[in-house]
Amino acid sequence: MNFESVIGLEVHVQLNTNTKIFCSCSTNFGDEPNTNVCPVCLGMPGVLPVLNKKVVEYTIKAGLALNCNIQEKSVFARKNYFYPDLPKNYQVSQFELPICFGGYVDIEVDGNKKRIGITRIHMEEDAGKLIHGENLGSPNSSYVDYNRTGTPLIEIVSEPDMRSSEEAKRYLENLKLIIEYTGISDCSMEKGSLRCDANISVRPMGQKEFGTKVEVKNMNSFKNVQKAIDYEIKRQISEIESGNLIIQETRLWDPEKGVTIAMRSKEESHDYRYFPDPDLVPVIISLRDIENIKLTMPDMPDVVRDKLSNVYNLPEYDVEVLSSSKPIYDFFEATATLCNNTKAISNWIQTEILRVMNEKGVGIMDVGITPSQLAELIQLIDSSVISVKIAKDVFDDVIISGKSPKQIVDEKGLTQIADLSLLEAVVKKVIENSPKEVERYKAGETKLIGFFVGQIMKETKGKANPKLVNEILGKLLN
Amino acid sequence: MSEMVTEKDVKYIAKLSKLSFGDDEISRFADELSNILKYIDKLNELDTSDVAPTSHVLDICNVTREDIPERKISREDALKNAPEEGYNHFKVPRIIE
Repeated sequence: MNFESVIGLEVHVQLNTNTKIFCSCSTNFGDEPNTNVCPVCLGMPGVLPVLNKKVVEYTIKAGLALNCNIQEKSVFARKNYFYPDLPKNYQVSQFELPICFGGYVDIEVDGNKKRIGITRIHMEEDAGKLIHGENLGSPNSSYVDYNRTGTPLIEIVSEPDMRSSEEAKRYLENLKLIIEYTGISDCSMEKGSLRCDANISVRPMGQKEFGTKVEVKNMNSFKNVQKAIDYEIKRQISEIESGNLIIQETRLWDPEKGVTIAMRSKEESHDYRYFPDPDLVPVIISLRDIENIKLTMPDMPDVVRDKLSNVYNLPEYDVEVLSSSKPIYDFFEATATLCNNTKAISNWIQTEILRVMNEKGVGIMDVGITPSQLAELIQLIDSSVISVKIAKDVFDDVIISGKSPKQIVDEKGLTQIADLSLLEAVVKKVIENSPKEVERYKAGETKLIGFFVGQIMKETKGKANPKLVNEILGKLLN
Repeated sequence: MSEMVTEKDVKYIAKLSKLSFGDDEISRFADELSNILKYIDKLNELDTSDVAPTSHVLDICNVTREDIPERKISREDALKNAPEEGYNHFKVPRIIE
């Protein structure tokens, strides 16, 4: 029998606000444990949570970017369960009245375009971090750091529209890129600021009803999302083929073993007894609020791609590379405002800058060259002050020393020799010192021109203007 | 007419609330909770089909604050309320997952 898989994703995105969603504690990552806490996020009796304005603004941005309807009224609800990472014994979330409904993300797999629906987006608070005993102290205990408790999250719930792990991966990649462009989160799966759970079921091909779904958690990279979904689809099909029923449950992905494992606890934990949080008043959003936020929205990936190809006249490959990450595009755009040679900017980003990013494992802003320094370097080449070859050395020097390209060229005397008589003297010297090569060249071995250029560059330490060298060589050899 | 609260319901709610009761208490709570529901059932006599569910009784909305960090208490104070502490963390019985 042939089976079809049905996949929906729940994506949690940590918002990069300065403070928590309901109190003024800092959300700074990596601070000393339990230093960013207060009576509100510790769940002390009698405290009153107050909503962070920025969280609403950011969530509306996400909703607009994902083509959602922003709801006029939304309400916070308590999701009740006991777990030590949750000091109040409930998580503030949204249930019946979330802030956004009904959006979509377009994907393309093997040339086929498909629209993946978004059911809803809601605001909620993150839980604390649990450390198992043996990693810190007594193996019979667990230890809780509440710094992360109350960090704002949005949960983006997709429709069960995906039919393969490839589609799921593509959806997640596009979603991440769009959210990254809005600037509301750094969307790092590695750092946990973007987390993904998958609801997966299978059904015989042609059947209308969905099969029983299983929720898979703990997939912390794009690769693992795809692997976990593939594994789970296979597991469910083989269960059904062996005559077993699929149990509705939550399973954890084990990236080491490459399998999903049923979670032991939580049989009753799905009875969350949601009810409106009486401490938090409804959020009312006017059309004017939405219009104001629209004005602050940066260009989304599709607009950026269009701009790169039609305004900056870049070929398709360059467009894909430059739009693949918001920081890379921002860097390109900042450089392009200072330098018209957009193809050169693109080339430098794709070669030297990406190389350094890979070598150092850093983002484009931490490579060590600023957009204005890159613009200056390209102008030095375009105005024939230095050659491309020298420019590569200057680039490395900028990264090490932080000096401007002009300063480096001046200090090291790297300005190209464009003085005709000076260059002619060098070319003559090289020709005189290589009588055999001259003879062979004249006998028709024209590729020896490279040898002469090499010798001249050696003499001038790479500073000869290549165009002039070619002209002079042509004149003197023929 | 609302349904009766059975002893099974009481045991389930107790489990969710991490409470434990003796058998006599369970049967008493089943009766008492049933009576409370019966009393509240009076409200069903009103026709509310045209009324939206009330989430909040006060007529206020949009109480928000600016996104500016502030430190309110020290870690020492925070940990004072921990049942147990260790290594600057709240120490709890081991969680198995």
